[in-house]
Amino acid sequence: MENEKLFNSGVLTCECKGAVLPPKELWENKKGGLVVIECPQRIPCNPCGTSCPTGAVKPFADINDNPEIDYSKCTGCGLCVAKCPGLACFVIDLTFAPGKALIKLPHEMLPVPAKGDKVACLNRVGETVTEGTVENVVEPLKDSTKVLHVSFDREFVNQVRAVRVVK
Amino acid sequence: MQLISEHPVLQYQHGKKVEFSFDGKKLEGFEGEPIAMALHANGVHIYRVTPEMERPRGFFCAIGKCSSCFMVVDGVPNVRTCVTPLKEGMKVETQRGKGAIPMEGETD
Amino acid sequence: MADIKTTDILVVGGGAAGLSAAAEAASHGAKVTVLESDLHLGGQLVKQTHKFFGSKDEHAGTRGYKIADIILNEIKECGDKVETYTNTAAVGYYKNDGIVTVMRGEEEYFKLQPKKIVMATGAQERIIPFPNNDIPGVYGAGAVQTLMNVYGVVPGKRVLMIGAGNIGLIVSYQLMQAGVEIAAVLEALPKIGGYWVHAAKIRRLGVPILLRHTIKAALGTEIVDGAIIQNIDSGELTHVDCDVICLAVGLTPTNEMLWQAGCDMKFIPQLCGHVPMRNPKLRTSHPDIWIAGDAAGIEEASAAMVEGRIAGLAAAEALGFAVEQEKFGEYQERLNSLRRGEAGEKIRSGLALAQVADWGDE
Repeated sequence: MENEKLFNSGVLTCECKGAVLPPKELWENKKGGLVVIECPQRIPCNPCGTSCPTGAVKPFADINDNPEIDYSKCTGCGLCVAKCPGLACFVIDLTFAPGKALIKLPHEMLPVPAKGDKVACLNRVGETVTEGTVENVVEPLKDSTKVLHVSFDREFVNQVRAVRVVK
Repeated sequence: MQLISEHPVLQYQHGKKVEFSFDGKKLEGFEGEPIAMALHANGVHIYRVTPEMERPRGFFCAIGKCSSCFMVVDGVPNVRTCVTPLKEGMKVETQRGKGAIPMEGETD
Repeated sequence: MADIKTTDILVVGGGAAGLSAAAEAASHGAKVTVLESDLHLGGQLVKQTHKFFGSKDEHAGTRGYKIADIILNEIKECGDKVETYTNTAAVGYYKNDGIVTVMRGEEEYFKLQPKKIVMATGAQERIIPFPNNDIPGVYGAGAVQTLMNVYGVVPGKRVLMIGAGNIGLIVSYQLMQAGVEIAAVLEALPKIGGYWVHAAKIRRLGVPILLRHTIKAALGTEIVDGAIIQNIDSGELTHVDCDVICLAVGLTPTNEMLWQAGCDMKFIPQLCGHVPMRNPKLRTSHPDIWIAGDAAGIEEASAAMVEGRIAGLAAAEALGFAVEQEKFGEYQERLNSLRRGEAGEKIRSGLALAQVADWGDE
């Protein structure tokens, strides 16, 4: 009941169609990380699929389909992270450093952090769960959507989905 | 003026800065931008007072459809300030009630 | 009379639908006149900083204000085929001779006699009743977008957003981009009405979305300095600190001229108000008037752009310009795909009630 209410207000509460985590075995050792998409609603939108250079986000039969991933093809490039109009694509790399995870996430707010900055890592309701370090800031499509690479303690890998720049 | 100085996506292009008056007070705004926006940027939020209940009104729809932002501009009442471009030296006044239409040859 | 301007196709409204209609009709040879009541073309597109949904055909992944530029460029390429007027509103339609009266600015009037008309007049913001809903600081969501995204003016310090449809969710995000704090987003229904991903992106930045909540009153004597909100289920009242209350409680199609023209109209709640009946090529019961975009029923801008294409093409066809018949099918298929999802359910059921297979006069 409480979970349903949370989900109905835009908070993912469990894995579901369009919002699944990569298979553990593959994910664990995949350099560069794998895509994690949180898009559980059927809406008319397909740029994750059309922008994917390797076909890892499977081509959509219907534009309203939930995204489906062929993880064997995902290189963790993060183009979908930059392209997704819903800011629903992330790349998570579990090989970054022992005990650490690296998330590549979209950022369209000010201020833009710099490499090396400490940031507050937020969960899906905006609560600070841990501190992270900005490892890189890129703008793959040169369209103002920055993709931040942020490392943080691995135990929070299923929680961290945004950052707040503390300056 | 209360302007957005920095935006993650947009770059704002403003026109020439011009002077205009609001209820006799000198204010600055950008030429060609709606009067209502210039007023808001100057912290002015009350544009008229309604005829019967004397309620304060500001802007509401900003697309020229709702009548909330009617003001007296250069002596003309009921001007939709949200879609009327600002010009140098404009005389903008709070509209009280329905406003009176200026008659031919009459000066204020 | 020498003072009556003539044109092949008059497009009323220079937003997503109208510009698309103008581009389509002009590229098939028609002389088009576009009237836009705002100070510049682009309608609501120019206020959208977010990337659009849809597919490549609707410029998915491109920000709204850039899409406006793309269509405007297309129009520019049509050269003198398209004439555009800004700060100019169509104010009346005269059924007996098909003359449209036009107001430019606040003072200047002229008459237009078009052969065909595409009504792409868009929509206007709704308001909901609550004490003090008329004081400054209670603003429509579109107005807030105009302030901050078009003119770069700070709307306020802390905003209470009413309504979690796509507009409420997107404008909340845009306010945050402009450096404004969102106190909360209220939604009376037990579920957000907009796209789930739009809600997720503001939730994870800490914005509360309060379902089953509504506004009880705006506080302040001359200007908003707070609000009382209410939990609809428990009745509990809470004070919210805010200086702007932003209403995103829906839109109503703007269609006064369609009434004036005597078009068959029907109240269809799913399309958010009275809308004209239309055939598959978007012609109304009036043989010279087509419709497109929100005026035909409230929907997303991506659909409005495709509808504009259909209406523009059909109006050009009716004037005898050569058009590719298969294009109608392509556009219709694009609309069908945009409407096939969960969010399109309401639109589909509404459109089913607004459709006429054939007017029987063609």
